[in-house]
Amino acid sequence: MNKNYFEIKRAGINTTFQDQGRSNLYHIGIPFSGAMDNRNFQISNKLVGNETNSPVIEFAYQGPLLKYFGDDIKCTITGDVKFIIRKNDNDIEGNCYQSFTLGNGDEIDIISTNKSVYGYLAISGEFNLEYQWSSCSINTKANIGSNNGKRIEDTQKIYISKINKDLNDKKLNYINTKIEKIRVIKGTNFNYFSEEGKNIFFDKEFVVSKLSDRMGMRLDGPKIENIVDTNIKSEGLIKGVIQVPADGNPIIMLSDHGTIGGYPKIGVVITADYDKLVQLTPGSKIKFQEVELSSAETLFKLYDLETQNLISQI
Amino acid sequence: MIKNISNLGDAALYCDFGTEVNKEVNNKVIRYFKSIQKENIDGINNLTPSYNKLIVSFDLRKKNFQTIKKLIENLNVINDDKLESNNIKIPVCCDEKFSLDIKRLEEKLKITRNKIYEKFFNKEFFCYMTGFIAGMPFLGDLETELRAKRLETPRVKVPKGSVGLTEQFANVYTFESPGGWNIIGNTPSVIFDSSKENNPNLINPGDTVTFEQITKDQYNNYNE
Repeated sequence: MNKNYFEIKRAGINTTFQDQGRSNLYHIGIPFSGAMDNRNFQISNKLVGNETNSPVIEFAYQGPLLKYFGDDIKCTITGDVKFIIRKNDNDIEGNCYQSFTLGNGDEIDIISTNKSVYGYLAISGEFNLEYQWSSCSINTKANIGSNNGKRIEDTQKIYISKINKDLNDKKLNYINTKIEKIRVIKGTNFNYFSEEGKNIFFDKEFVVSKLSDRMGMRLDGPKIENIVDTNIKSEGLIKGVIQVPADGNPIIMLSDHGTIGGYPKIGVVITADYDKLVQLTPGSKIKFQEVELSSAETLFKLYDLETQNLISQI
Repeated sequence: MIKNISNLGDAALYCDFGTEVNKEVNNKVIRYFKSIQKENIDGINNLTPSYNKLIVSFDLRKKNFQTIKKLIENLNVINDDKLESNNIKIPVCCDEKFSLDIKRLEEKLKITRNKIYEKFFNKEFFCYMTGFIAGMPFLGDLETELRAKRLETPRVKVPKGSVGLTEQFANVYTFESPGGWNIIGNTPSVIFDSSKENNPNLINPGDTVTFEQITKDQYNNYNE
């Protein structure tokens, strides 16, 4: 059964298996995890004829170099990614958003994401993975998910338990756009901050810091002054919450975030902007823009509709 | 019983039970949490009970703030006497290599380590919530004499199994993690076991916990 596999010749910076993540576990301290950029994750699966929530390989910045052994298999890469397909020492420049065939001995060399963070590699078939709470998503902090909850490492093998044959090549015309304005709804502790602090939050530019990962995104910029208390009684967090600790620099909670936190919440990123937010690289400049709940709901409907339209074009 | 319901972003409900931290308030939170869990409402994808708040997260494709708010307002909340509670005993070794901050506590609290341990091990704790990292219990309430602030500079790595104190609470680090609690010992007991999908947490909200001091030998030869 395990005659089809990838050998990892270079693991890359943060390469993991991800699917839609796991829900209803916040109360025991386990976050959603799952693919960071949900749209690109779903599109990758559709391009290789899978259910849109099938497990894929997610990589960040520098991706893996994989050598394939086995029967012909269709693959695709989504995101904004520079990669090479190597067949008998011939390098072929890869194109995102289209499927391609890998044969025995071929390699995929995922060199880097361009001006973005995450990319996805999907195969037409199934990886041989363990599931925990109905998800293979790797949460390296709690060592949960497939691969013993650890990121993919050099020299390991990734087995493929099933290959879907008879698949036509598929393609999508899509270009990832970057956002500079992140839309947010005011947080539950918005009034903990001085008038000046509130104005800074919505008027000034912030820069994505290097200290950003799947758990959170730290921002540098003008300090946001707290005039009430720099701590709150610890309470739940969700994806997209922007906390401001005592040092005045905002931190945005991302998919692998701690489930409980004790810093005041100044805002929450709207769901419609999450996929684009996570793709912002360190050094990117962003501004926050306030929206009301009703607008956020409409914006999500539009975003979701657009995603569904893209998927239906494949 | 909920003082105020507001939205936390566009995909979560923030139920505020007040500002106090005590068993009575937390008991209300847990009752709501268990009642919603029991209803198994399509579209709700997470519940986070804490000392005095309950966050209800939902899938925006299926529900919105107004629909979930109505459901919560009309909820049938279960009675106190139906709440399950277990008493859990946690062995703790306070050998020097584990009690990283005992000296600091002696200085800050101005009482001897023997007194600190005596008070700590004679206390029955109550589990308010679990989280931050998987399975970490937040236990209260410490007597006023044992209440100390967090470390000024948090540790980059707190060892797995560390038992810590801060303000009125005690906790156990279920994984190696950054953290700023005052560490007084270490438990060999497995507090979070991801292989037990139905019940990975040894300690759950509403449970009571007592700590039992063990020697270094008992720690090294510990078998569950």
